[in-house]
Amino acid sequence: MTDIIAITMPRWGLTMEEGTLTEWLVPLGGEVAAGVDIVEIESTKLAGTVEAPSAGVLRRQTILPGRTIPVGTLLGVIADAGVSEEEIDAFAADFKPPEDDGEAAESLRPQSVEVDGQLLSYLRHGEGAPLLFVHGFGGDAMGWVFVQNELAQHADTIAVDLPGHGASDKSIRKADLGGQAAIVAGFIRALGLGKVHLVGHSMGGGVCLALATAEPDLVASLTLLAPMGLGRDINAQYLEAFVVAQKKRDVEAALRMLFADESLVTRSLVDDVLKYKRLDGVDMALAAIQEAILQDGRQAEVFDVERLDCPLTLIAGEADRIIPPEQVAAQGGRLLDGVGHMPQAEAAAIVADAIRSILAAG
Amino acid sequence: MPKKSMRTAINEAIRLEMRRDPNVILLGEDVAGGKGGTGQLDENFGGVLGVTRGLYSEFGGQRVIDTPITESAIMGAAAGAAITGLRPIAELMFVDFLGVCFDQIFNQAAKFRYMFGGKARTPLVIRAMTGAGLRAGAQHSQSLHAIFTHIPGLKVVVPSGPYDAKGLLIQAIRDDDPVIFLEHKAMYDIEEEVPDGAYAIPFGEANVVREGRDVTIVALAKQVRTAIEAAGRLAQQGIEATIIDPRTTSPLDEDTILESIEETGRLVVVDEANPRCSFATDVAALVADRGFQHLRAPIKLVTAPHAPVPFAAPLEDAYIPDADDICVAVQSIVNAKVPA
Repeated sequence: MTDIIAITMPRWGLTMEEGTLTEWLVPLGGEVAAGVDIVEIESTKLAGTVEAPSAGVLRRQTILPGRTIPVGTLLGVIADAGVSEEEIDAFAADFKPPEDDGEAAESLRPQSVEVDGQLLSYLRHGEGAPLLFVHGFGGDAMGWVFVQNELAQHADTIAVDLPGHGASDKSIRKADLGGQAAIVAGFIRALGLGKVHLVGHSMGGGVCLALATAEPDLVASLTLLAPMGLGRDINAQYLEAFVVAQKKRDVEAALRMLFADESLVTRSLVDDVLKYKRLDGVDMALAAIQEAILQDGRQAEVFDVERLDCPLTLIAGEADRIIPPEQVAAQGGRLLDGVGHMPQAEAAAIVADAIRSILAAG
Repeated sequence: MPKKSMRTAINEAIRLEMRRDPNVILLGEDVAGGKGGTGQLDENFGGVLGVTRGLYSEFGGQRVIDTPITESAIMGAAAGAAITGLRPIAELMFVDFLGVCFDQIFNQAAKFRYMFGGKARTPLVIRAMTGAGLRAGAQHSQSLHAIFTHIPGLKVVVPSGPYDAKGLLIQAIRDDDPVIFLEHKAMYDIEEEVPDGAYAIPFGEANVVREGRDVTIVALAKQVRTAIEAAGRLAQQGIEATIIDPRTTSPLDEDTILESIEETGRLVVVDEANPRCSFATDVAALVADRGFQHLRAPIKLVTAPHAPVPFAAPLEDAYIPDADDICVAVQSIVNAKVPA
């Protein structure tokens, strides 16, 4: 086993073939802990960071800021201080990007399955225990890209587009959390997944709670990020702003409320949301869901987590402006500093770590 | 999301709307047949550049009507069909041929709503190819959007790529007024990500393609891509450009242009059309009239010369504004001293 770890240009999504290294966040020779952001990367679609896969010292920065390079290229090297310079040079010289990259790209292609007459789209890759991601209101499967890529090495990861979202059908029959949970249950059965580890964000967290409550046999564990379904309070103005936003600036203003660091709202994120919102049927779907999950500006459904008989992990950002993080704290959940409503994007490494340890526990 | 050409995106927009609404019909020269065919309709080439290929096979001769080469009849039939409740898409091949049927467009279709006291709707789309670059000569290469923009009662759409073309054409078909939809013929093979489903992009909403503090470049259709190329080069010299693609010249998103000028203080308008009484002069006038106090340098126009589109290849290439022309115009005002 080697003590030398390669940091490479990640592939975030199907269409990403190259990325630009925008900034090194750790100086050459700096010590890093596992999960620390090391380097900032931009693709045409996303901006994000690569985190240290394990602790060590950043011994090499092989790519300088501003360079645009193919996915899989070596960016830098992490190793213990004890590893010799010669060994590191040899490692860097011998490094080859993984050959099966084309296959990896192929596995990022969306698939679809019909559930109860409704087409649901999903992204699936990796092998192991089934791990199902359920996004929030107005989100989609792509929103899990950072976490899913990381966990595909450990599990059969599946990110589904809920009805009305992403590439799934835009018609909504039952828009409340229970109705959406029934469709996710149908999806789990249609794919023959058996018992799944469920990860839900925001509204998707509420859907997962409803699913675990109604059909405990389908759920091996629950990991909920800033979920609905724990308390009544919610920022109903955000949902309203997101639903009515038609113009770029309105979409952007709404999305800013999601993040602690508002610079994460990139032009391409805004464009993608705008493109989604223009699709036929989306406005009606979102309005129907908004009406079903809220009641007088508060959450319509709250679940009793004491009654769940599967392991439950709760995570929220302390700077969440959509759902009060106190709801997660009150249940003994973990609050992340400097994180808003999007832990899976703002603290992907921590979220991936938490899920990895749940998978390890079986 | 799958990548599609502008040809495919336009074809999809028509197909989806014809499936959705039985009142949508397509008529025009060669919309079913076309180039070098045997004359059998089932061959279905779908126009000189194959944009409407396959629509005749799916929807049949009742809804996809290949007409004789009679522009005034096509446009008269389409205007009449629209006022009786159908939603015709009339294709006229080259925009240069619209001169033959100006009465049907300017005096009839554009005026129905007004002349009948708001009681008449004219949900008509007129599609035509526009623009130079295909060595098609002076009578098949013009950019005539300004002529239609001048007429109240017409909406004018000038898409700059496949994604916008599909969403804007769907909006045009669903719109209750006559819409002139101009497809730059040198862009049919350009590809970008386009969703499979239907979506509509509202008219009068500019796309801010890029944001920069130093200069606002307003460009249309294929020139949006030229402007992006120029902005990339300018960025290497430390000049950051905002690029605004109005998408529709009528209605025009004046606010987005004026707000941008407030920030950058500099305007370059890029237009492949001839310069006199043009879109370029229109935007320049808008900013001079309502944004003058924010200007820090003269307005620059980058257009074709006031001359027909040449047939000779080197002359045609020189005629069309390119990234060099845009860079020169931007540099001339970004380096200019602020007027006292």
